[in-house]
Amino acid sequence: MKRWLSLLPVLLLTACTQMPLRGTGDLGVVIERATGRVAIVDTTAKSILARVEGLGDLSHASVVFSRDGRYAFVFGRDGGLTKVDLLLARIDKRVMQAGNSIGGAISQDGRLVVAQNYEPGGIKVFDAVTLELLSEVPTQSKVVGLADLPGQRFAYALFDKGEIWISDLSDPRVPKTQKFPAGMQPYDGLVTPNGRHYMAGLFGEDGIALLDTWRPELGTSKILEHYGKGQEKLPVFKMPHLRGWAVAGGKAYLPAIGRHEVLLVDTATWKEAGRVQVKGQPVFVMARPDGRQVWVNFAFPDNGWVQVIDTLSGQIVQTLQPGKAILHMEFSPRGEHVWLSARDDHMVSIYDTQTFKRLATLPADSPSGIFFTSRAARTGF
Amino acid sequence: MINKYLAIALLLAGPVHASDPGAARQSELVRLVRQDCGSCHGMQLTGGLGLPLTAEALRDKPFDGLVATVVYGRPGTAMPPWKTILSEPEAEWIVRQLMQGFPTEVR
Repeated sequence: MKRWLSLLPVLLLTACTQMPLRGTGDLGVVIERATGRVAIVDTTAKSILARVEGLGDLSHASVVFSRDGRYAFVFGRDGGLTKVDLLLARIDKRVMQAGNSIGGAISQDGRLVVAQNYEPGGIKVFDAVTLELLSEVPTQSKVVGLADLPGQRFAYALFDKGEIWISDLSDPRVPKTQKFPAGMQPYDGLVTPNGRHYMAGLFGEDGIALLDTWRPELGTSKILEHYGKGQEKLPVFKMPHLRGWAVAGGKAYLPAIGRHEVLLVDTATWKEAGRVQVKGQPVFVMARPDGRQVWVNFAFPDNGWVQVIDTLSGQIVQTLQPGKAILHMEFSPRGEHVWLSARDDHMVSIYDTQTFKRLATLPADSPSGIFFTSRAARTGF
Repeated sequence: MINKYLAIALLLAGPVHASDPGAARQSELVRLVRQDCGSCHGMQLTGGLGLPLTAEALRDKPFDGLVATVVYGRPGTAMPPWKTILSEPEAEWIVRQLMQGFPTEVR
């Protein structure tokens, strides 16, 4: 009895401070970019659980997740890399790692977080637990399109140099880098869901550089060359993004630069397989996880629209106006819902992807990127 | 009300030109520069894919050249022409604000 009584204060304390146990599979973050803050969201309850502040300049912020889905690594424009604990809703670690940064990626085994930087140009490799700097690869160029590949490798493109580099981080303190020609001004890159093909979209010329990372010795080739056929392109008020790209039914759906088109490529032959005319210049072209639909948002001044392509018919089946300045979209893990950020309406809208009905809206201050923990298990996310 | 304060702040910040856009349009332009120019130049205008647009970065640049860059873009780079979105006096107003340190958004 006496022993039990002495334990009582400990038991009470534990009962008071312990949160209910929960998993992280239905969690995510919404970037509130103007206020340096992220909202932690629950995709089952469709609610905001908490907000975490003090993340710096979140212009163009992007996020990757630890593979246990507990931590979000947030890459800010000002070079800040912040590790946010989603369960405790607080900053776990934060480092200033560059002057001007654009995003990052996490290794196949989840042990390495890599940042891609504009200033100074290059990539930096961090221990995912401690955020200790392990190594860096200077590029003398702005780095875009960083993507994780199987085998602790990372592919990225160099905007100013027109190259694709692959760094092998099997020994994270001694990166081994291979370099390939890409083309004029690669603006972003992506890897196919199986981690095999890396593509860099080109801004300075019509076309996309393609590298088979299973056979890098074959070098790069160019696909969708001259898709503009010499026509003058429209002014591009916002660069498209390739990460979060769409592969569905053996075809890849890619944004055309300076054109109101989504380009289709056959992923067996890498030849053009058609085009879909859309309402504006595409920014994100994203497949619902089952591949039946592809959702497209647009650059300024058409950024109030979102269109849905049915991949079976190749037709647009829905045109929505979910709010002012739609910057990003994210599907729930199996795609029954999509969350859209409406920057100038200061809200996130949640739609049913089958009925196209709006299910809920959540308040958010100038929301931009939306990222769910289901990304943790996907190559290239 | 907010626009009035913004207008007062801008009055204090520099000379007013006859061709300046009205107060409501000025706050639209502030948001446009911060948010949409910001997608390449950063919301703090410290640069990104595009060059920094801070007062310090623009100090030695010729005013007319900057206005021409906004209106007509820079061929061969990612800078588009904004002439379908902005009038020339609006571009001049934006460049003047950039050169003296761009106002922050008021919500």
